[in-house]
Amino acid sequence: MKRGFLICSVLTGLLLVYASYQALAVAPTERTMGDVQRIFYYHVPSAWTAFLLFFINFVASIQYLARTKPSAQIAAKWIFIAIGVAGAVASFLPPVQQQLTSFGMRPSALATTAIMLPVFYLLLGRWFPGEKLDILAVTCAEVGVVFCTVVLVTGPLWARPVWGIWWAPGDIRLTSTLVLWLIYVSYLLLRRFSNSAQTQMLAAALAVSGALDVPLVYFSIWFFRTQHPQPVIGGNGSIDPRMLHILLLNWLAFLCFASLVCWSRFRLEVLKREVEEAYAMESLGDPVTAGPSMPLKRSAP
Amino acid sequence: MKEAPASLWSVMAATLKKDIRLEWRSKDALNSMLFFSLLVVVIFSFSFDPLAEESRRIVGGLVWVAFLFAAVVALNQTWARELRNQVLDAYRVSPAPANALFLAKILGNFIFVIVLEALMTPLFVIFYNLHVLGPVWQLLPIALLGTWALVVNGTFFAAMSLRTRNRELMLPLLLFPISIPAVLGMVAGTTAVLTGDNPAHFYIVLLLTYDVVFTTAYLGLFETILHAE
Amino acid sequence: MNPIKFLFAAYIATWIIHGTYLGTLVRRFGRLKKDLDELSKNHKPGN
Repeated sequence: MKRGFLICSVLTGLLLVYASYQALAVAPTERTMGDVQRIFYYHVPSAWTAFLLFFINFVASIQYLARTKPSAQIAAKWIFIAIGVAGAVASFLPPVQQQLTSFGMRPSALATTAIMLPVFYLLLGRWFPGEKLDILAVTCAEVGVVFCTVVLVTGPLWARPVWGIWWAPGDIRLTSTLVLWLIYVSYLLLRRFSNSAQTQMLAAALAVSGALDVPLVYFSIWFFRTQHPQPVIGGNGSIDPRMLHILLLNWLAFLCFASLVCWSRFRLEVLKREVEEAYAMESLGDPVTAGPSMPLKRSAP
Repeated sequence: MKEAPASLWSVMAATLKKDIRLEWRSKDALNSMLFFSLLVVVIFSFSFDPLAEESRRIVGGLVWVAFLFAAVVALNQTWARELRNQVLDAYRVSPAPANALFLAKILGNFIFVIVLEALMTPLFVIFYNLHVLGPVWQLLPIALLGTWALVVNGTFFAAMSLRTRNRELMLPLLLFPISIPAVLGMVAGTTAVLTGDNPAHFYIVLLLTYDVVFTTAYLGLFETILHAE
Repeated sequence: MNPIKFLFAAYIATWIIHGTYLGTLVRRFGRLKKDLDELSKNHKPGN
């Protein structure tokens, strides 16, 4: 397995180099912003990756919380299925279709995303049973925070030369990202400083609260800026298809990179728990069962 | 295990009465909260030009920062008292519904913070020469809904940080990020009413939505938190 | 030319952040491997 990891790392490295080269040298120069706009090829994929990782954490946290109560498990499963079906059906209703076309999105795209939600939920439960859900949650939270930090650093570095300001509190995307970052940093701090045997449940509860908060953050800032007009950092609207192509390439590269980092972090967490359990057994004074070769199931390294 | 509504209310009322009586006798939390807020008011009055119109724009934020930090003082000792005499363990073992305890704590903290706000408001008006340009009555729903948002989050996270190594630090760290939409609503709403520039209706609706969503979510999650060892 | 400095700063900062995190992962792995070795050593003579 180690060789497989090494091969993937090399391939990912090459992909990242190629994608960065495309972003820096091949992509067309933006008319109004100039070459600085190329930060966009790092900023946006990092944001999408961070949000994806936080979303996985959210789904894993819900499943982990629901584990203890079968009724909650069934309820959560059916809520996700309901959201998937409702989303798929709604995307073909006329008023929704109109809104989507104004964003440049096709109804089939939204329908597919909606259907993927319950599929994702069910697959996650199957691939990561029991404690693995919690390990997945902490992995995605940590790596998500790293990518989110990149977003928050590249954002102002892009804003300053182009719009003359480092930060605009009314900028929806950057401020929402900041709040998300704060929530997940507090999540990681809770995990580190909590002495409780139920730390994992507490952290899962925090993740769910955080997820409920995000849409509220978005709408509160959205209304705030209608009363206090602020510059929109990052621009919006249509994108040159050549730029889109390179953007997606960079996203693919960062996704591969994120997967490898998560894979490593996951293995680290599994190892850490094995060592902790070994120490615990040792302190119980049982020389036969204590030791590194624990009956704990090793995940594929 | 279905809890009869009567039992939920009676347990809640009993716990609430106990907390209020205890606080009334010692006035620990109330005194520290008052002192802290007074300190903030006086210190920031030095950065104000009392005749300037711009002061009105900043006061909204200042007032709520003062109340937010003062509320954290009260919230920190919410559960500490229960831990001291193993009251919390007794509660976990008893058949009393967990949400009764949670609601009682929220209501107790809510009353303390509202009392603080009522006492501090005249001081703010005096020190910052406040003259409200918008509809004054709107400040009441903003204050009530905003305080509920702070207190509901604070009580929940105070319970969560009970078993952490640095409890007093953990509470604000957990509380502030999640409270941001509510704080934005409170601050922007108060500023809107003080300056009279914008209508505050949306912020009131935002605070109401926030309160409903999170109160419901926490009522569902509290039992998990209570049973954490 | 000044705006270009921001471009390079952003790209370099990105990899510094990722590099730092990967560094902490490597360090944590090393520490755990050491703990594992100690544990297995403690039980070799005991058994």
